[in-house]
Amino acid sequence: MKLVVGEGSCGLAAGAGAVYDRLAALLNESNPTGAVLDITGCNGMCFLEPIVDLYDDEGTLHRYVKVTEKDADDIYAAVSANDLSSLDRLGITPDDAHFLEAQTRVALRDCGIINPENIDDYIARDGYKAIEKILKTGMTQDDVIEQIDISGLRGRGGAGFSTAFKWRAAKNSEGDEKYLICNADEGDPGAFMDRAVIEGDPHNLIEGMLIGAYAIGASTAIVYVRAEYPLAIVRLEKAIKDATARGYLGDNILGSDFSCVLRIKAGAGAFVCGEETALIESLEGKRGMPRLKPPFPAQSGYWFKPSNINNVETYANVPWIINNGGAAFAAMGTEQSKGTKVFALSGKIKRGGLVEIPMGTTLRDVIFDIGGGIRNDKEFKAVQLGGPSGGCVPKEKLDTVIDYAELGKTGAIMGSGGMVVMDESTCMVSMAKFFLDFTAKESCGKCVHCRLGTKRMLEVLDRIVKGQGEEGDIEKLEELCYAIKDGALCGLGQTAPNPVLTTIRYFRDEFEAHIKEQRCPAGECRDLITYSINKDKCVGCSACARQCPANAITGELKSPFEIDADLCVKCGNCITACRFGAVEVH
Amino acid sequence: MAEKTTVDLGLIAPVLEEYKDTPGSLIAILQKTQATYGYLPEEAIYHIAEVTGTAPATIYGVATFYAQFRLEPVGKHLIMLCQGTACHVNGAELISAAITDELGIDDGETTEDGLFSMEHVACLGCCSLSPVMMINGKTYSTLTPDKCRKVLREIAKEEGGADA
Ligand SMILES: Cc1cc2nc3c(=O)[nH]c(=O)nc-3n(C[C@H](O)[C@H](O)[C@H](O)COP(=O)(O)O)c2cc1C
Ligand code: SF4
Ligand code: SF4
Ligand code: FES
Ligand code: FES
Repeated sequence: MKLVVGEGSCGLAAGAGAVYDRLAALLNESNPTGAVLDITGCNGMCFLEPIVDLYDDEGTLHRYVKVTEKDADDIYAAVSANDLSSLDRLGITPDDAHFLEAQTRVALRDCGIINPENIDDYIARDGYKAIEKILKTGMTQDDVIEQIDISGLRGRGGAGFSTAFKWRAAKNSEGDEKYLICNADEGDPGAFMDRAVIEGDPHNLIEGMLIGAYAIGASTAIVYVRAEYPLAIVRLEKAIKDATARGYLGDNILGSDFSCVLRIKAGAGAFVCGEETALIESLEGKRGMPRLKPPFPAQSGYWFKPSNINNVETYANVPWIINNGGAAFAAMGTEQSKGTKVFALSGKIKRGGLVEIPMGTTLRDVIFDIGGGIRNDKEFKAVQLGGPSGGCVPKEKLDTVIDYAELGKTGAIMGSGGMVVMDESTCMVSMAKFFLDFTAKESCGKCVHCRLGTKRMLEVLDRIVKGQGEEGDIEKLEELCYAIKDGALCGLGQTAPNPVLTTIRYFRDEFEAHIKEQRCPAGECRDLITYSINKDKCVGCSACARQCPANAITGELKSPFEIDADLCVKCGNCITACRFGAVEVH
Repeated sequence: MAEKTTVDLGLIAPVLEEYKDTPGSLIAILQKTQATYGYLPEEAIYHIAEVTGTAPATIYGVATFYAQFRLEPVGKHLIMLCQGTACHVNGAELISAAITDELGIDDGETTEDGLFSMEHVACLGCCSLSPVMMINGKTYSTLTPDKCRKVLREIAKEEGGADA
């Protein structure tokens, strides 16, 4: 039997480390059935972490979810007794299992299956077969690019540019010193696809990058990883070491005359560094200020040499494409958007995690069929795609299919894969303000329009959520949006208005309620709401009063309590404290 | 707490030796310096400038551009509170308020006893388990104001017993 504990970042956050340690200690003491203990990366079912996968002697998978340290004892006992029947209570439900079964995995094909720290696991699943095929069957640089072209692969980092086009440009660029760079800055706050790939299948990224380096003629490859991903960096470092030791990296790879080294550069916390030219500045040790384009990196990039930059997920698709042929990839998806796309599903969703589906799937299918719909049976309101550069898609447009152009028509974008679901209790004005706050802080300050424009917009939005909005504010926001779009140098500024424009487009009435009636329909904006206790629901337990930092709640035990609105600081503690749903917000 | 004048510059000598002749490694040097001292002491910045032949102003320019770098020492336990989209939607603001209420510190501040600092960060990559915070490399997920207070009290208790 084999026990596999999911040790991705969210698994560890949910307590997988303690589960693993407990199992290891017990098995170490006595292991009558000779069970093997191993780890794996994120399988995408983050909402069920910690997860323990048990493969029995027939190789059948039994998946146990939300496993606690105490459950680990039971698992150990069952394994040792060679009788799993007592573990049924921990087994995944068919509903939850559907989350994975409904997916099609290409970029994530090994995530949650292999041990990311063991190169042999990767090799056993056709790992490094693609680079071997290229080097041993004499595929030329053009042959490789041709397959990528046939696959229709477009960049997964947000803009959706043709990968073959970029590779060809870099290959045809003059110069014998070229660089291949991977953008693992994953700046969209609310997205974690790239983290999962690096943590769960680092060799897949390495192989994809090797193929890219071969295709463009680079002998140095660099991964720029964001600083907040320490585990990803550790796993990638190990993978690079192992791949080098096996001859997949370094000089004369697999006996060919192709040589390539790969190194990691840790980012230092700046969203704008996800923009490719800013990323290059940062790689050179400077402030991450975007460069003027053209020249494009393919002509003049890192140290002004021809460079190709792709996103993690883009590279993660490449070995599969070479192994299965470009046509197999192109067989999935829509006319203009081929293959699959990974999304990080989060927010007010029942089943949050990583979802990889063929392009052409509807948003509704992802959110309701795979994600299981809204938590606590609330009403779906909107889904945010593309983070600070993207926008929200409302209920009426849930049947939009996942396709670069179709999503673009809604005012949102495909983005890199962030998919944050919002329900009736999310205030869209506050959401717009949230993103503007982010972009205003992250603007590098180079362009006046971006630096001051986002600040001005933030001021207006701040007034609106405080109930001090004025007639004409919406129009003022729109005007600022268009001015910033036109005046900004880089994508950060050019797309910063998107979250505001889409919320105005679909939720104008919510803006108006704030401005004209000083009312927040979602009940979120602190300055516009009051807390009170529903006398009919309150049982007088005093739990809320004990949690109130302002001592605003008083009452006699066993009779309804009351909140003094003048003292209330609107911290929300009482809502979480009350087990009877008696605290209400208006 | 580390006084600014007692910085032992010898601690970063190996780092400078390794990187001083590699162009473009200023950020890596600063990262390792911060890993050594917990922040970027003024003396260290001037020392790096001298060894690498970079203007101190350039180093300050880089250090202030990136959110990761700190010019002041931080508390023993650095609370990195996620303010990403998923955490925002799931009530990160209430968690922040709970921390402020519990410890009397806001984003970027340190408690008087030097035990805790709070920093708002963009996303810790555990969005499906939001709201999330990370303290000294350990991630705490699906927080409620209550759960968050308990974590803080536990750390304070381990640290000081009666006076906490
Ligand atoms: C402000 C800003 C932030 C960006 N952040 C990222 C990011 O975190 N990850 C990423 O892959 N691309 C990001 N991009 C897009 C990159 O500039 C670039 O288009 C991409 O890395 C190219 O790779 P691809 O063709 O494989 O998508 C960002 C762009 C802008 C303007
Ligand atoms: S648009 Fe904004 S982030 Fe981009 S270069 Fe200009 S100021 Fe910097
Ligand atoms: S916690 Fe709920 S039930 Fe208890 S006193 Fe407060 S409002 Fe009433
Ligand atoms: S880390 Fe385990 S599913 Fe996300
Ligand atoms: S938004 Fe908080 S962890 Fe991603």
